[in-house]
Amino acid sequence: MSSYETILVQTYETLRPFASGQTLTEDTDLLVDLNLDSMRMMELVFEAEDRFDVSIPLNTLASVRTVRDFAHRLQELTADR
Amino acid sequence: MTILDKFRQLSATRDALIGEGPSPFGALIEEIVSPTEGIVHGRRTILAGTNNYLGLTFDQRSIEMAQAALRDEGTGTTGSRMANGTYAAHVHLEQELADFLGRRASIVFSTGYLANLGMLSAVPGPDDVVLIDADCHASIYDGCRLGSAEVLRFRHNDAGDLDKRLRRLGERSRRALIVVEGIYSMLGDRAPLADLAAVKERYGAYLLVDEAHSLGVLGEHGRGGAEEADVEAAVDFVVGTFSKSLGTVGGFCASDHVELDIMRYACRPYMFTASPSPSVIASARGALAALRARPALRQRLWDNARALYGRLQALGFELGADVSPIIAVLMPSAEVATAAWRRLLDAGVYVNLVLPQATPNARPLLRCSVSAAHTPEQIAAVGDAFGALALPASPR
Repeated sequence: MSSYETILVQTYETLRPFASGQTLTEDTDLLVDLNLDSMRMMELVFEAEDRFDVSIPLNTLASVRTVRDFAHRLQELTADR
Repeated sequence: MTILDKFRQLSATRDALIGEGPSPFGALIEEIVSPTEGIVHGRRTILAGTNNYLGLTFDQRSIEMAQAALRDEGTGTTGSRMANGTYAAHVHLEQELADFLGRRASIVFSTGYLANLGMLSAVPGPDDVVLIDADCHASIYDGCRLGSAEVLRFRHNDAGDLDKRLRRLGERSRRALIVVEGIYSMLGDRAPLADLAAVKERYGAYLLVDEAHSLGVLGEHGRGGAEEADVEAAVDFVVGTFSKSLGTVGGFCASDHVELDIMRYACRPYMFTASPSPSVIASARGALAALRARPALRQRLWDNARALYGRLQALGFELGADVSPIIAVLMPSAEVATAAWRRLLDAGVYVNLVLPQATPNARPLLRCSVSAAHTPEQIAAVGDAFGALALPASPR
């Protein structure tokens, strides 16, 4: 199982193309700070799913607001494999 | 902060976009002249955005059947299908739909939206998984939200991406319901049903195909995308609507699964709403009979679709990939799209303006839908109106 830190680094890498050059921190809000609309959010989720080889249920996305939330969610899903 | 403050931003966006003049969102058709013409903003207008694919809204036999039902059975049922809202005609229509689709049974819902809401909230339970194509209609997303299953989204029309998600589910893939559409409502592209059905079969999953825009449009007999792709046996649930090719309102689900009937007791969107009125059911029966008896309607529809698609392509517009009765003209921005929509209306042509986030690819669309009832002259006039737009950024 990958550590949270390892997942976080990969999460940053996944997010970078969606960040328009903004500095990413664990507190970066995906909707507010990165201004991701539903279409971009969907693309981000597809990218993350491919990178981590997991499927992220739509039902759980509402609780993902920050980079930290996203990384934790990915860590949980990779641990479940 | 009040509970209504959140609408301020939406109001501002709407006002900035629409300004004065007719609204693209809820255009007032002051008078309806025929399946393909109306009076809009005081002028005679070709309706090229109605989903009236077979032009059956003015089918004489359907109107007579509706008039007779109105006279003999009244204006409404005033009740749920589960209470006093099931008349003999509702049952006859269910039998006729099942017969047409070659299925064991069907259930009639009050709208197509409710059919999806009902099936997707009732069939998959908390331990099950729904896999939906990313471009699925809002009714499919909303049905999933009303239900309790885990919901996964796969890339649009990508059987490989679906395969990947089913693989990750392991044994749970046998409890997965895949949901796709025969023709997608915005860009008019078809699902690759042969590929999707093969993946479904490989994993032992279930498949629901929403044929809302493909019923009466695809397949030798008009049964939809699954008939055209010759995969009807792999489809567990066929959902559809009466509000497009059948020219009225209502929805259905047809299936060979014996459990379909018991779903009447589990589908809240079936139980807790009034059933379709007798005249609606009568006109749906008339239109279904016309769809079956008159394959020439489908031929005319496709002749018109090919003619308009070819014309718009020749004019240099960027279009949806597939030739279909839904012809999506991709626009560079919401402002250009809205201005073009107005100019088309000024030229006597009504199409649908669709803006993100209602579009699948973040591009604004001028969405045309072609009807069998359009004359070659009307199709030419729609093409002429687009030709006169001379959009600077739109033609390639």
